[in-house]
Amino acid sequence: MDVFSGESLTCIRGDRVVFTNLNFSIEEGEVLNLQGPNGSGKSTLLRLMAGLISPLEGKLIWNGSEVQIQERDFCIYFHYVGHQDAIKNALTVEENLRFWSDLRSLGQNESMIKRALDTFSLTDLSSLPARFLSAGQRKRLNLTRLCTTTARLWILDEPANSLDKESSEILNDLIKVHQKDGGILAIATHDIVMPGHKILNITDFSNTKNFKDLNDE
Amino acid sequence: MAFRNGTDSWVVVMFFMIVVILFPLGVGPEPDILNKISSGVIWVAALLSAMLSMDRLFHVDYDDGSLELLVLHPQPLEFIVLAKVLAHWLTTGLPLIIVSPLLAIFLNMDISSYFVLIITLFLGTPTLSLIGSIGAALILGARRSGALLSLIILPLFIPVLIFGVSAVEASILGVSSKPQLLILGGLFLLSSALCPIASAASLRQAIE
Repeated sequence: MDVFSGESLTCIRGDRVVFTNLNFSIEEGEVLNLQGPNGSGKSTLLRLMAGLISPLEGKLIWNGSEVQIQERDFCIYFHYVGHQDAIKNALTVEENLRFWSDLRSLGQNESMIKRALDTFSLTDLSSLPARFLSAGQRKRLNLTRLCTTTARLWILDEPANSLDKESSEILNDLIKVHQKDGGILAIATHDIVMPGHKILNITDFSNTKNFKDLNDE
Repeated sequence: MAFRNGTDSWVVVMFFMIVVILFPLGVGPEPDILNKISSGVIWVAALLSAMLSMDRLFHVDYDDGSLELLVLHPQPLEFIVLAKVLAHWLTTGLPLIIVSPLLAIFLNMDISSYFVLIITLFLGTPTLSLIGSIGAALILGARRSGALLSLIILPLFIPVLIFGVSAVEASILGVSSKPQLLILGGLFLLSSALCPIASAASLRQAIE
């Protein structure tokens, strides 16, 4: 069984301590929902989970073994969706998706690409250069990558931003399917709160001290 | 690797040609003088045009968030950097080499030294792309990044410039230019081994 957890994580950004002694654990089929006001460190924790930043203290554990940030092996287990959509304006919608799935060597599975575009109703736009897309459409294109990935762990940072109601529901369904398949999900969002989600409130671990005081202790 | 818009490399090549063409107009049309300065002019122009396109190497990816996905790729980041550098060279370095015969004629260069120039450009321009990638990775997130980039990497280009020019000079004087070419080759090999590591490290830093 897949388990993703973090032990006594402490993270600083600049001089500010974002959170201290934070623990979390997510098991197969579970959703960890990060709550907290703007700037409380939800994105920081998610970026930390993805290995984009390293914690000052504490460790991340995947299936019992510690995740080494520098090791690339862990990368195949998760998919990270950040604030930015990582879409190339010069490429068409379809090419953007293809390029990404090639990059992750997921292969050129025609039906998979078609299905992914269909899920977020982007099929009609598939030959349009991505520079003509609206913010919501770009987000949808970004999220289609979730349909092609084989990752067990999804790390989603405000995925429902600038999505319309219909697309949010599609995303909800995707999340449910992922849960049912035994996937793990860490999400920061203000919109999608479903029963059965584990709630983690970042403010419980916030620390008003700055880095210097923490060192003095 | 269809990463970029075609216009980028056109701009670089046109810039290269215009800089070189300005020299005969500025210095005057005496064939002897032009022949003497030709290798220096072409090399400095190549340097400047490599600079011109350098800041776009990682900047676009950084802005739209693709860089995060590339950093999270299971492949080592160093290989990805190498691939980006190769793409950069193919779109800017190679076109420069292709138009350089035209400019060599324009500057009244001998045929024999012209061949040496081509060899030095083949060895030198990839080195420029490699060294430049470090600067391009370091400036991510900085304001006034273009000016900063030139301050960081132009000094590092100097060795390539010195040996590139002196190889051509040697052949103009009728001496063997083999030593300079060997050093240029060495610089290329050294930078292709070390630069991706340095660039990848500063990219990781930029993402944090």
